[in-house]
Amino acid sequence: MDLAAHRFKEQARTALQDRVLQDSFARIGGKFGEARSRAVAGLPEFDRLRDDAVAIKTHVLANLDVYLERFEAQVTARGGIVHWCATPAEARECILAVARAAGARTVTKGKSMVAEEIGLNPFLEANGVEPVETDLGEYIIQLADEPPSHIIAPAVHKTKSQVSDLFQLHHARYGKTRRLTEGGDLVAEAREVLRQKYLDADMGITGANFLIAETGSTVIVTNEGNGDLTQSLPRVHLVLASIEKVVPTLEDVSTLLRVLARSATGQEMSVYTTFSTGPKRAGDLDGPEEFHVVLLDNGRSQLLAGPAAEVLRCIRCGACLNHCPVYRAVGGHAYGWVYPGPIGAAIDPHFLGVEEAYHLPQASSFCGRCEEVCPMKIPLPKIMRHWREEAFRQNVTPAMQRHAVRAWAWLAARPRLYRLAARAAARMLAAAGGRRGRIARLPFAGGWTAGRDMPAPEGRSFHDLWAARQGARK
Amino acid sequence: MKQAPHVALFVTCLVDVYRPSVGFAAIRLLERAGCRVSVPAAQTCCGQPAYNSGDRRSAIRLARAVVDAFADADYVVAPSGSCAGMLSKHLPALLADDPVYAERAAALAGRCHELTAFLVDVCGMAGLEARFDGRVTYHDSCSALREGGVAAQPRQLMAQVAGLDLVEAAEREACCGFGGTFCVKYPEISVAMVDRKVDAIAATGAELVLAGDLGCLLNIAGRLSRRGLPCRARHVAEVLAGLTDGPPIGGPAGGGSPGGSR
Repeated sequence: MDLAAHRFKEQARTALQDRVLQDSFARIGGKFGEARSRAVAGLPEFDRLRDDAVAIKTHVLANLDVYLERFEAQVTARGGIVHWCATPAEARECILAVARAAGARTVTKGKSMVAEEIGLNPFLEANGVEPVETDLGEYIIQLADEPPSHIIAPAVHKTKSQVSDLFQLHHARYGKTRRLTEGGDLVAEAREVLRQKYLDADMGITGANFLIAETGSTVIVTNEGNGDLTQSLPRVHLVLASIEKVVPTLEDVSTLLRVLARSATGQEMSVYTTFSTGPKRAGDLDGPEEFHVVLLDNGRSQLLAGPAAEVLRCIRCGACLNHCPVYRAVGGHAYGWVYPGPIGAAIDPHFLGVEEAYHLPQASSFCGRCEEVCPMKIPLPKIMRHWREEAFRQNVTPAMQRHAVRAWAWLAARPRLYRLAARAAARMLAAAGGRRGRIARLPFAGGWTAGRDMPAPEGRSFHDLWAARQGARK
Repeated sequence: MKQAPHVALFVTCLVDVYRPSVGFAAIRLLERAGCRVSVPAAQTCCGQPAYNSGDRRSAIRLARAVVDAFADADYVVAPSGSCAGMLSKHLPALLADDPVYAERAAALAGRCHELTAFLVDVCGMAGLEARFDGRVTYHDSCSALREGGVAAQPRQLMAQVAGLDLVEAAEREACCGFGGTFCVKYPEISVAMVDRKVDAIAATGAELVLAGDLGCLLNIAGRLSRRGLPCRARHVAEVLAGLTDGPPIGGPAGGGSPGGSR
């Protein structure tokens, strides 16, 4: 699947015309949103917790260097190894080197958006290491050779029937040729296939929801337990995380966990919350022999001082996606890159550049729902507007639009002239509307009239009528 | 007796061109609430088209003009949650670094209100004498709802209209897909959004959809008529002021809205 952020418009159109896709969006509908509302309603102190959560992350971001170094010291003290990687390329090479040193041919993976960010799977495959996704949704889209379309529900765009087809096609080599149609049967078959992969794997890679500076622990939350098997069965466990995931203490994690699952799926807690602290110690019954943490920057330290810094508070719950009317209309693939929806519109321009990601922050009605539900109170519309300003400043915004806005602003700064223009517009549009009072097709306004009539104005501008009335009173 | 408060009407560019009736309805309501209303001649637009297109320089220039035009009123009231939000939330942010205008913008922000919120919260308007016999539904504009916290006020006022039967639509908090220039830059997405909205409105069986923002109303009315649905659209101020004899938004001349009014 060949997607790109700069093709947002075409990709959005394709999604809007795809009946199967639209059906699956409709089925999901407000499911996550309603679940979140119920969870929030059930916790009177939710808003206070949000404030606490924001305060924790704000403090961390102001002292990121301190907490990262403390985290590294704790990981090292417990026998783990921290790898600092500035770029995706460095992170990929680092992970490959660990895999090679472990003699790994098969690597199991827990869900990791940072792994998507650095394009880890294709890189490992090209270098003779087979990555196996173990989160069911990730496993499905790996079989389909597609990127995730949602931060926490990567295969949300797939129908059950599509999954049946994928399993029948790809599980034939394990002797499983029957086409399954029941959800339970599909899950059971995936579990059987994956069970052997866990045992075969020489290395397990997981992401991290949090890194704890106090203890050197990494934390993942899952609903399937796949992360636990990924990190405890293979000989080597490698955690891939971006630098802003660090928090000071266990206590802080417990605060953040309370807002995370409620915002994401409406659960009070995810089914599994797993803490990993160093490799297996003498006397431990199981656990990995090696414990690596790859810390990725990928420009985040540059974001820290700028107007988009608040995106670094994100805990990847996906609430902004679930509540976004644009995301819900076009789905995640339309955005063309790893992070879709409002959070993608706010951070992708940083990773991809203002030109490549031009459309993402533009394609928002600024309805503000994302900011309203964000547990970390990230001002997403404000940050999208920042990217629009950057695009305008750098002349990335199409010249026609820039000239039109400037011409309009020039006019709006001259009230008397503006009155004349308003009078003319009101008259012409009213005339075009005729007796029907609406306009079905309008030159230069095809964007409006392709799907809507243009209601005709009443005919005279307010200011003209007001002036006439004031004159009559005198 | 205390002098009547001086309210400057921020007409909004859409009301100016598309629907002057909304401006006159607002004036009638404000006067009934005991205010002295003026319409500053130097006003044009709040600058949102520039602000949301990323043209910060133009937005700042227009923001200063707004501050100048509305300097001497006790209150500034707009029949739009969107423009009121621009004036009260975004102007101070735009002019925060301006040595001359920062303070004035902050002072103006505190005096700006959306029409229905002003009538209820500041004027304590009660006993509205209006009648509209019919079933209506109300669309909350995103900016009124989320920037201004306006939701209860228009409903309190509609409850005072005799004969008016308000039926709430599903997904009340969802955007209609207007979004200023968004609706023409991404028309297919915008139409998908307004379709959901129009479906929800149609499902109420209302003959009239009301809202406090003309942008949403033009969008919703345009989609309703394109789909041939019978529901009509009006600004809530028209019904509150009893000015529903003229055609609804996008309706044929002489075709007053069903239900009638007094």
